[in-house]
Amino acid sequence: MDLGLSEEQEMLKASARDFLQKECPKRLVRQLDESDEGYSSELWQKMAKQGWMGLVFPEKYGGSDGNFLDLTVLLEEMGYNILPGPFFSTVVLGGLTILAAGSEEQKTEFLPKVASGETILSLALTEPTASYEAASVKTKAIARNGEYVINGTKLFVLNANVADYILCVARTKETKNPEDGITIFLADAKSPGVKCNLLKTLARDKQCEVIFDNVTVPKKNIIGKPDEGWPIVKDVLQKATVAKCAEMVGGAQAALDMAVNYAKERVQFGRPIGSFQAIQHHCANMVTDVSGSRFITYKAAWKVSEGLPATTDVAIAKTWTGEAYGRVTLLAHQIFGAIGFTMDHDIHLYYRQAKAAEIIFGDADFQRAIVARELGL
Amino acid sequence: MDFTFSEREKAFRKEVEDFVDEELPADWVEKNIYWPGGYGTLAQFEEFGPQVEQFTCRLAEKGWLTISWPKEYGGAGLSHMEQAIFHERMSYHRAPGAGIATGIGGPTIMRVGSEEMKKEWLPRIAKGEIRFWLAYSEPNTGSDLASMQTRAVEDGDDLIINGQKIWGTAAHVSHCAWMAVRTDPTAPPHKGISLVIVNNTSPGVTIRPLINICGFHSFNEVFFDNVRVPKKNVVGEMNKGWYYLMVALDFERLVIPIGGFRRTFEEIVRYARETKHNGQALSQQPLIQNKLVNIAIQIEIAYMFFWHIAWMLDKGLVPNIEASVLKLVTTELSQKLANTGMQVMGHYGQVENISKWSCLQGRVCLGYLDCISALVGAGTSEIQRNIIAMRGLGLPRK
Repeated sequence: MDLGLSEEQEMLKASARDFLQKECPKRLVRQLDESDEGYSSELWQKMAKQGWMGLVFPEKYGGSDGNFLDLTVLLEEMGYNILPGPFFSTVVLGGLTILAAGSEEQKTEFLPKVASGETILSLALTEPTASYEAASVKTKAIARNGEYVINGTKLFVLNANVADYILCVARTKETKNPEDGITIFLADAKSPGVKCNLLKTLARDKQCEVIFDNVTVPKKNIIGKPDEGWPIVKDVLQKATVAKCAEMVGGAQAALDMAVNYAKERVQFGRPIGSFQAIQHHCANMVTDVSGSRFITYKAAWKVSEGLPATTDVAIAKTWTGEAYGRVTLLAHQIFGAIGFTMDHDIHLYYRQAKAAEIIFGDADFQRAIVARELGL
Repeated sequence: MDFTFSEREKAFRKEVEDFVDEELPADWVEKNIYWPGGYGTLAQFEEFGPQVEQFTCRLAEKGWLTISWPKEYGGAGLSHMEQAIFHERMSYHRAPGAGIATGIGGPTIMRVGSEEMKKEWLPRIAKGEIRFWLAYSEPNTGSDLASMQTRAVEDGDDLIINGQKIWGTAAHVSHCAWMAVRTDPTAPPHKGISLVIVNNTSPGVTIRPLINICGFHSFNEVFFDNVRVPKKNVVGEMNKGWYYLMVALDFERLVIPIGGFRRTFEEIVRYARETKHNGQALSQQPLIQNKLVNIAIQIEIAYMFFWHIAWMLDKGLVPNIEASVLKLVTTELSQKLANTGMQVMGHYGQVENISKWSCLQGRVCLGYLDCISALVGAGTSEIQRNIIAMRGLGLPRK
């Protein structure tokens, strides 16, 4: 067994931490959170120059041939620094889907543009039922004159407001099996009939309502085969779930670091509050949660990276990490006391993210049900 | 044993209900964004302006603004159980009520203030004409309250105050600071503190907003730069402020928004009943049921602590750790309720109230932020646990 990161991964981790601290200070994080776009094109280009957008793509598509575990390392650092922007939707939700299921032509057309920072992607999966099950996909796509016409409302779509292309998961056939008859379309976000409304959400992550009103998409923009899109969605959801766990581990680590530093500095009753057992126990609980989350997240990420069956591991990682991030940020808040309740302080940025991350791709109950099913309960 | 209200208590409960029905605007409970236990939206009562003024006025007319005061000072002369019933019903309807002046300032003045001070302040407080804000905490004085540094120096008939206070909830919409200052820096920390009333309009007082994580202006940082205050505004004796401050904590044991927990819980349950997922109501899903049941149980327990304290006070017993336990249990319930609400609503829980996709007016989303303050304000959970451990269980201090 080797439970450590490789030398290259350690380097990636260190350089990502340095880069983000320098290029994405909390001042910028807040500014982007408050903006409608939610990202800075200047920072986006710098990230592309670092090779981050193409990290997991093969060299022939402008990437650097990294694997999913490398991406996990990078995402942990993004979570640590709470980087706003469409990286997750572009690379994890969009890029990995095209890489896994796109045609050679699609890969050649889109992946180099993603790697260079030219194209931003978004995945429109969930609808007003807010569910990750195939039966919830009601948005319809009907074939007409060699094209498809899409109608429906997608909700909680990340970064659609700035996306160049939206991967739209739509129903192309009604059958008894809801997993049959789903197709993924690569829709130009500027197509007539695409209407995007930005939601104002707790974490200020740019989630949107996207309405498809008679939107036409050429047949060649289908990812994978018509009616056979659901296994692709399942695959990308699994990757996205682990990727989100990686972000959460980073965020929880940051909250812990901030709280511990503060506990050492803040003096009450003539001594640092960190000398009090009550605070010490909080910190101890946080460390336990952060470490546990990192172990199971990396185990799941490794399985995904190696192409091994990972259903149970991913569900366990999401259950535990999702709840642990919440607990850790809540305890951090408790250590910061009143100052943490102000907009000026940074800790609430993490507390907000913790809830959004817990919800997305299925909350702990959803994941627990998967674990139960996998255990044969 | 008997867990039912007496006939008199039942009648009083109905009187409160009728009053609220008549006096509170019909859409009040929907529009009011108060989260039980939180401090983040308190000053938002002011947004309702005249509606709150009018309601406060009617409360004052009935003597209910000062419900805990003895009759001689314009109080209602009620039992503690009746006061508890009052607070339970009022908080259930998210009604505005007692503040620092009626809850802490008035009762302290009654016990330790001079006759002159009583005459000057009590009638105006009882009528709701004067609002105080609590000026205790300082940037480096949070849980360790006795370490406060804001200094008041005697100068003839006046005190001259210099220093900074923080977390002054609603200071910007109040009239006077109910303030603790250091008057004897040579004495041990607890023996050199005095209580004084300082008018917000005194020259040298600067009030600056602090925006909390809910995005509201509820707190303030307030600077005192050579502020001159007449000595007659000192409450009781000089340098006895710490003692008065501790006594004041005993007055408001029953001012817990206990009904607010039940109300918000009922709203979340209604949402779960009315919201269908794949054709099935959320409330029919075993996992959701499980979460909601957990909260229901904890609300019942919190209510029992609450009634128990009222019962103790009527018996002439002194609730000691019970008050800390009630504070701890209800504030932690505030967080659990918010988290459970968010889990029940899932994606929709995070949408703020400006959207057609938000639910319960975004109340739970805001509560998820506001509940952070519940475990910090008025003595953190850690301090409550210390009190329980040291004062209640007799555990050693060092």
